[in-house]
Amino acid sequence: MRLSSFLFTGLVKLLVGAFPRWIGCGPEPVQRIYFANHTSHMDTVAIWAALPIRLRYKTHPVAAKDYWGRGVRRYLATQALRAVLIDRTRSDPNANPLAPLIETLQSGESLIIFPEGTRGASAVPAPFKSGLYHLAAQFPTVQLVPVYLENLHRSLPKGALLPIPLTCTVRFGAPLALAAGETKEAFLERARDAVINLAGAAQA
Amino acid sequence: MTAQQKLIWLFGGILVVLVLASLIGALLSKRAGSERSRATLDNLRARVNAWWVMIVVLAVAFALGKTATLVLFGLVSFFALREFITLTPTRASDYVPLVLAFFVLLPAQYILIGYEQYGTFAIFIPVYGFLLLPAAAAFAGDTQEFLERSSKIQWATMICIYCISYGPALLLLKIPGYEDSNPLLLLYLLLIVQLSDVLQYVFGKLFGRTKLAPRVSPSKTVEGLIGGGLSTTLIGGALAWMTPFTPVQALAISFVIVTLGVLGGLTLSAVKRGLGAKDWGVMIDGHGGMLDRMDSVSFAAPVFFHIVRFFFT
Repeated sequence: MRLSSFLFTGLVKLLVGAFPRWIGCGPEPVQRIYFANHTSHMDTVAIWAALPIRLRYKTHPVAAKDYWGRGVRRYLATQALRAVLIDRTRSDPNANPLAPLIETLQSGESLIIFPEGTRGASAVPAPFKSGLYHLAAQFPTVQLVPVYLENLHRSLPKGALLPIPLTCTVRFGAPLALAAGETKEAFLERARDAVINLAGAAQA
Repeated sequence: MTAQQKLIWLFGGILVVLVLASLIGALLSKRAGSERSRATLDNLRARVNAWWVMIVVLAVAFALGKTATLVLFGLVSFFALREFITLTPTRASDYVPLVLAFFVLLPAQYILIGYEQYGTFAIFIPVYGFLLLPAAAAFAGDTQEFLERSSKIQWATMICIYCISYGPALLLLKIPGYEDSNPLLLLYLLLIVQLSDVLQYVFGKLFGRTKLAPRVSPSKTVEGLIGGGLSTTLIGGALAWMTPFTPVQALAISFVIVTLGVLGGLTLSAVKRGLGAKDWGVMIDGHGGMLDRMDSVSFAAPVFFHIVRFFFT
């Protein structure tokens, strides 16, 4: 294991625990897109740290290039977490912003995405952006696993530097798939509900 | 026998007990019939396994010395505080007092103990923390449930940092004729408190009929309390050789430790259930959270410290 990722995940575990709860599926080595609610900069590492080590190295977090693309952040994102950077600002209007994600999925590896596109401040996620739908349509065999991150919205509010240590559980729900003929709106709503339902799931 | 030899004997004795507990657990599991007894035994096995880890961690910290023991208890406080704050509804405007509690008060308390500043560490959190935490919250300008929010953070820091830190504070007491033996005193405290919890659990499972306080702590029974409490007090008296106390004194002191431990367990269980939880956390398999293991210690440690400091130094 790389030292930088070891230290980084260790630090995040010390601060927020990141205890995995496999509620609707197990930690199986199949190709997946984990999609989660997004409330803090620790979300990515929390999910990553909650995965068993053998799955971590086949699972790439997706991070915004405008924030994670420079300096120390870039080093942490691309070296420690092996993140895939996505161009949120669409600096090149002709390029498909999902291209790096598609490439990763084509190589057989898994992704962690935050379909809200940005960090929210509440326990309930904002409406999802359409990227998840396009990936689901293009890769029907990849399992779509909803993930709910509990408590992290209290730990590192937007603008704060030091996280408040809180025990965060990472709940993995039952995989969904795009139904035949399902519209984009209906699918995104269903995916978001799957994440919200995990918020109320009893602590196992 | 030197203090070090006594420590080795004691940890050896604890290991023998753990081996026996693991064997008994394995034997019972083989005979378990019903669904319910199987669940109980699975929990028992998880508890015993967690004890193995806790004892090994404690033994390593003791072997490494005072600084390592302080760091270990600093981490225990940290995890306990993390659990307390996780279950306590705080608001975004509590950010500054929470950061102060975790990253200033907690390390400062253990550093003061490390430098043997009794006069300062004894009043640092109860006076300065008490006053400054709400003051820091006032700057955020959020008056909603201000008193409730402040007292939650004050409670968290008092129990998880201040009270627990009295355990390793035993290391700085100067007891005539007992020099270099203070780690034994800390081990004595932990042993009595935890043994009391364990024996109350065992007596409760074997003979428990009458619930003690069903709404606060559903598994506690009067039979468990009396059987476990009395047998622990007797063991405490028999362990007088590891303390600066006479057997009669040890009997009385271990009775006080057991009593305070019960009060701590009940009080923090009431706090926990008031916050809508069954366990404080999940980090110790079979036991729940760090605070489920430290609730009794947090009440017993300060009183034990004061008794020893007042009568024996």
